[in-house]
Amino acid sequence: MIRKLLVVLLCAGSLSAHAALDPAQVRQLAAEDSSDKVAAIRQLTQTADPDAVRVLKAMADDNLYLAGDQTVIIEGDKAFDAATGEAIKMPANPESPTVNNRIRGELASALAALKLFDPDVTVRLTSAQKLQSQVTPEMAPLLARALEKESDARIKALLVLAHAQANLGNEDPEARMAAVKALAETSSPTIKSVLLPLTEKAGEPDDKVRYEAIATVKAIDSRLAMAENFGRAFSGLSLGSILLLGALGLAITYGVMGIINMAHGELLMVGAYATYGMQTLFRAYLPDYLDWYLPAAIPAAFFAAALVGVVMERTVIRWLYGRTLETLLATWGISLVLIQAARVLFGAQNVEVANPSWMSGGIEIMPNLILPWNRIIIVGFAMFVLFLVWVLMNKTRLGMFVRAVTQNRPMAGCVGVPTARIDTMAFALGAGIAGLGGVALSQISNVGPDMGQGYIVDSFMVVVVGGVGQLAGAVWAALGLGIFSKLLEGWAGAVIAKIAILVCIIIFIQKRPQGIFALKGRFVE
Amino acid sequence: MRKPLTLRILSALDSKGWLALGVFLALALVVVPLLHLAVPEDSAFHLSTYFITLIGKIMCYALVAVAMDLIWGYGGILSLGHGLFFALGGYAFGMYLMRQIGRDGSYGADIPDFMVFLDWKEIPWFWSGSDSFLWVAILVIVVPALVAFIFGYFAFRSRIKGVYFSIITQALTYAAMLLFFRNETGFGGNNGFTDFKRVLGFSVTSPETRLVLFGLTAVMLAVTLVFASWLVKSKFGRVLTAIRDAESRVMFIGYNPLWYKLTIWVISAVLCGIAGALYVPQVGIINPSEMSPANSIEIAIWVAVGGRGTLIGPIIGAFVVNLAKSWFTVSFPEYWLFFLGLLFIVVTLMLPQGLVGLWKKLMARKEGAAA
Amino acid sequence: MILENTLDDRPEGSDGSDQMGHFVTGELDLSHGVALYLEDITVSFDGFKALNNLNLEIDAGELRCIIGPNGAGKTTMMDVITGKTRPDSGKAFFGQTIDLTRLTEPEIAHVGIGRKFQKPTIFEQHTVFENLELAMKTDKRVWKSLMAWLAGDERDRIAETLKLIRLNGEADRQAGLLSHGQKQWLEIGMLLMQEPKLLLLDEPVAGMTDDETMRTAELFVSLAGMHSLVVVEHDMAFVEKLGGLVTVLHEGSVLAEGDLATVQNDQRVIEVYLGR
Repeated sequence: MIRKLLVVLLCAGSLSAHAALDPAQVRQLAAEDSSDKVAAIRQLTQTADPDAVRVLKAMADDNLYLAGDQTVIIEGDKAFDAATGEAIKMPANPESPTVNNRIRGELASALAALKLFDPDVTVRLTSAQKLQSQVTPEMAPLLARALEKESDARIKALLVLAHAQANLGNEDPEARMAAVKALAETSSPTIKSVLLPLTEKAGEPDDKVRYEAIATVKAIDSRLAMAENFGRAFSGLSLGSILLLGALGLAITYGVMGIINMAHGELLMVGAYATYGMQTLFRAYLPDYLDWYLPAAIPAAFFAAALVGVVMERTVIRWLYGRTLETLLATWGISLVLIQAARVLFGAQNVEVANPSWMSGGIEIMPNLILPWNRIIIVGFAMFVLFLVWVLMNKTRLGMFVRAVTQNRPMAGCVGVPTARIDTMAFALGAGIAGLGGVALSQISNVGPDMGQGYIVDSFMVVVVGGVGQLAGAVWAALGLGIFSKLLEGWAGAVIAKIAILVCIIIFIQKRPQGIFALKGRFVE
Repeated sequence: MRKPLTLRILSALDSKGWLALGVFLALALVVVPLLHLAVPEDSAFHLSTYFITLIGKIMCYALVAVAMDLIWGYGGILSLGHGLFFALGGYAFGMYLMRQIGRDGSYGADIPDFMVFLDWKEIPWFWSGSDSFLWVAILVIVVPALVAFIFGYFAFRSRIKGVYFSIITQALTYAAMLLFFRNETGFGGNNGFTDFKRVLGFSVTSPETRLVLFGLTAVMLAVTLVFASWLVKSKFGRVLTAIRDAESRVMFIGYNPLWYKLTIWVISAVLCGIAGALYVPQVGIINPSEMSPANSIEIAIWVAVGGRGTLIGPIIGAFVVNLAKSWFTVSFPEYWLFFLGLLFIVVTLMLPQGLVGLWKKLMARKEGAAA
Repeated sequence: MILENTLDDRPEGSDGSDQMGHFVTGELDLSHGVALYLEDITVSFDGFKALNNLNLEIDAGELRCIIGPNGAGKTTMMDVITGKTRPDSGKAFFGQTIDLTRLTEPEIAHVGIGRKFQKPTIFEQHTVFENLELAMKTDKRVWKSLMAWLAGDERDRIAETLKLIRLNGEADRQAGLLSHGQKQWLEIGMLLMQEPKLLLLDEPVAGMTDDETMRTAELFVSLAGMHSLVVVEHDMAFVEKLGGLVTVLHEGSVLAEGDLATVQNDQRVIEVYLGR
């Protein structure tokens, strides 16, 4: 009741106090009672007068004083009359009014609202954006006036929303109806929460308006859900991209040599630490170009991981040719050595790899749907690597040899393909791609000695689902698994989703033991 | 013309084998208890509680290693998920041990502490009967057997083999680990089961109980050895190794590999479950990390180090690797993973037949030199 | 003859479904004189038709040779008969009643079809004796294998087969240590231990000496009548020695059929072999 009275009062006040500040109002700022102060602040806000900004700012900065009946602003050794802004003589015993937290909050939002009248467009825009979440019914006239004055289309759109929000508390059902309708096209959770009280009889006596509000909330809900699912699908896509970078290399080595490299996850780790190393180098020697350490880390990670891969292939894997189960154990041993080596070299703790500034932030598609740049870039990067691998496998001599060995090793050997060299090259390539995966991973998760372990089971699953030595299979499996698991996470939680996925894969394998893209023919045992 | 079963079991080991087994049991059942209980603690011959627990633990591991060898060494199927069956047996018996705590837990409640923590009012359905030793003993065998049967039936029916099978088993144990990490699953989440007080009413920490558990483990290991030896020497064992070497030939002469693989797979899982059940009261804790893929792969290295395709090999391997582990983790903790990793590499590269193979080679060379 | 004795010793009801009660299949019925009947069998791998409407009929007791250039579909045909590959379409019957397309490999082995691979596949880690023991016709379910204990007459049968394949001096030798020709013979011996009604033999004399080849031919000829044999072979001298009908496969279908002389003079066959 009091609130509504106040609104009426404010509306009346705002009409009269258009030209100059009313000294009585200014005096009320220093009133004993907090509620009086709040009322005064709100009244002053309604004036939208630059002078009001001056006074409220002074109050927020604790420069407003009371000298007898006069309200003064004291800045250093100068004193001004608060109402007029004229310089006056320093009063004898200025009293400072109490400014508690409630008042401070009120002042802050008042100042923010008054920024809507700032001559600077950008200031107005930021103010309008900030306003969206803190509109009160009392602001309606102020917003109406701001809307009247505003020329910028973007700000105008924001103000229309804000004005509608403010009008939801209007006495007049027509005005409320108009407000609800104006909000129908929005899709922000805050507006939904503002509308929510109107969907109940207690909050909205008028049936028509209430039904409209219910319909609007429903519409917003469905848009929100869509945005949420889209967001999940996108994070699934980016997870799928990481899985793809992990699985591509695995698919190549498995296809060519028929071995499972259990140390593949650790090659990802090598790539991630190479990224960390590059960042450290840039910090030390090229601090001005720190943002560009990431592009420099890409080749570094590729070659670091490829080098480790070559050493692995030459010293261990080559000697276990044809003994696939033993290779599995030996590469597991290598992974243990690599993990411990990382612990010794870099410490057991995670190291910090920062996103370059151009990767922070994101694209806001809807109020509750922001696509972060780092994930967008990772998806793009994965596609780029995929393209390179495709070119390498299909358009180069090396790729032709690799494919030949994958399909029929003895025959490839007979026609002069240097199979041993191809093994090394393929292994190095697979390892290098894992290294690239490490670069991507370093941007979205922790970099530590154990990081590879978490991705190895997933990478295997991609290869298993995708089929042996099939790049297309790996791509579809990685993206499919990524998106499916993120969507599942949405309603079942991360752990259950993971278990469900693993169980699904185990069942899937029953039906298609050779994966989605099975090799068929007489060479398949 | 049928030979009686007892005679066949007797022929599972040769006379030397029976003698060695007898010596082993005498050591475990007579000498160790005497040295632990009767010899004063300050004597050089006294066996400490630490030693009893360590050897008891390793004997459980040896049991797992034999089980692993049956499926890998003889069946050619490398499982990277055997830790799951071990943990299932351990958890099944752990349920009984948790119930035996009674009201001596921190909350003094009728239900285990972690359930109080979850704000559960009574034990869930899958815990019912867990206060009965007999029921739990059945669970120890049936649960791993059932899980192994269902998984194995589908995997072997689809003819999943080689590394494919290995990584699917790894996924299986990984999924189970995630499941058991959840508090809501009802098995104590992260912390698992611990703080046991009693088994069959006897204190788990008393020296006598420890020695009984130690002795039981030794007997179980001996029984398993005899059983496994009989198994691999039977025609079943020959079919199994035939499947390992040329599966298609086996099919075309009329054996269905599915049931052979499934039989040895389930037997192997059950042995692991029993090992887990013996392990938990001796070590005093079971938690989901037992199901981590890394643990399961370690089982394979015990077998590889000792020598697969022999029955004594996995036991030797389990002892060598685990003694090395307890020495390393005390003396040089930061080098243990290096050692273990290099062990994996060196054994697969240079000792494909393990220590037993090396021994045989050395003996052959010696004989060659003598002749 | 030794072999006939070993085969006839078995009581009447001992083959077929009584030992494998869980197999859903009819008794082998050769009453119409047809042992193997393939009709319009098609198998394709990624669009490539390995078998293309293949029709083939093998009579009971017949010895048939199959020849054809590489990729003609000979091995795929054997895969279909033994259940390794399922045809995309067509019928495959063993006798009158047994639908081969519905059975698994071990079930097909049980109803009486034995197969020898192109590359000898024996159990290299087992002894020669054990190889034959494993192949021996008996109940091959798990429980029986666990409890199996060789009876005296079973040992005798193994000994006879060992003699027949001239490996009686090598019984306890590891099979992997045999020569290539000996391995071929061992595999044939394993096949005989199975007591099949139909034998599929994929290049059985590859890697054998001339003497061994001729002995193999004699053995096969002696088996015909009691058994049906399908022999895939490139060695024309061997095929000639076997006599009987010859079927020429080309691109997954039957190109020609008849005795060797007729087939060798067939214009289409000459084209296929010599190229255009």
